[in-house]
Amino acid sequence: MVNHMDRQLDRTFAALMDGTRRAILAHLERDHSASVSELAKPFAIKLPAVMKHLDVLHDAGLITRSKAGRVVTVRLRHEPMREAMDWLRRYERFWSTSLDRLAAYAERREADARKKGR
Amino acid sequence: MTSLTLVRRIRARPAIVFEALTAPDGIAQWWGPDAGPVLLAETDVRIGGRFRVRFRMLDGTEHESTGEYLEVAESKRLVMSWQWTSGGEPEEAGEVSRVEIDLKGIDAGTEITFTHTRLRTEASRASHERGWAGALDKLARHFSTERIS
Repeated sequence: MVNHMDRQLDRTFAALMDGTRRAILAHLERDHSASVSELAKPFAIKLPAVMKHLDVLHDAGLITRSKAGRVVTVRLRHEPMREAMDWLRRYERFWSTSLDRLAAYAERREADARKKGR
Repeated sequence: MTSLTLVRRIRARPAIVFEALTAPDGIAQWWGPDAGPVLLAETDVRIGGRFRVRFRMLDGTEHESTGEYLEVAESKRLVMSWQWTSGGEPEEAGEVSRVEIDLKGIDAGTEITFTHTRLRTEASRASHERGWAGALDKLARHFSTERIS
């Protein structure tokens, strides 16, 4: 179950731990692509700080950057996020199915106990 | 902190649900992500006691998890540490997560709130930020139509 865990997942989750970075990803999800200055606009932080966040996202493979003239366009890469979701979903599947079976088993036991008048 | 929470309503009294959660012959009936068999179930249900459960999935792979009971309140609450193991050795050094189970008596039987927390402990250590799971859920909805509970 856990062989799937690897460095990429750690990088993805670590990158997502920051609220500013999550907001940047949400922006890119909404608008598909954006320039660095557009991405920086909603935040009360300086451009170099935004650039650092973009470096982290880029190192985690969550975004791509392309330069045309003086404008850097940032785009989302979906794959690492999907892998992170898949990883979490494995746990969900494990427990969701287990709890369904637990419920069915406990309900049988309850029905038996009632038949015996307990 | 990455966590997963599931809530179920069960038509059985809390004492029966608690026994199903903790007794080896109960665990053998439900533990695992598909209809594959539980091969081994050992429990020592007291604070500091340990559990060990091994199951085989329908694809033939076998998995084992172990942990320690951290809180035990009969028919009410169960907290345990959680680690995947292989042949008794931890599969991932340092990857210890935590399972919290709360049982509430309701008219119909029991409401069970199940939470698996401290998933990705390494990532969690990097930040004290709260609300992470909720934020992740929101992102998940952006990227997928599937539901994360």
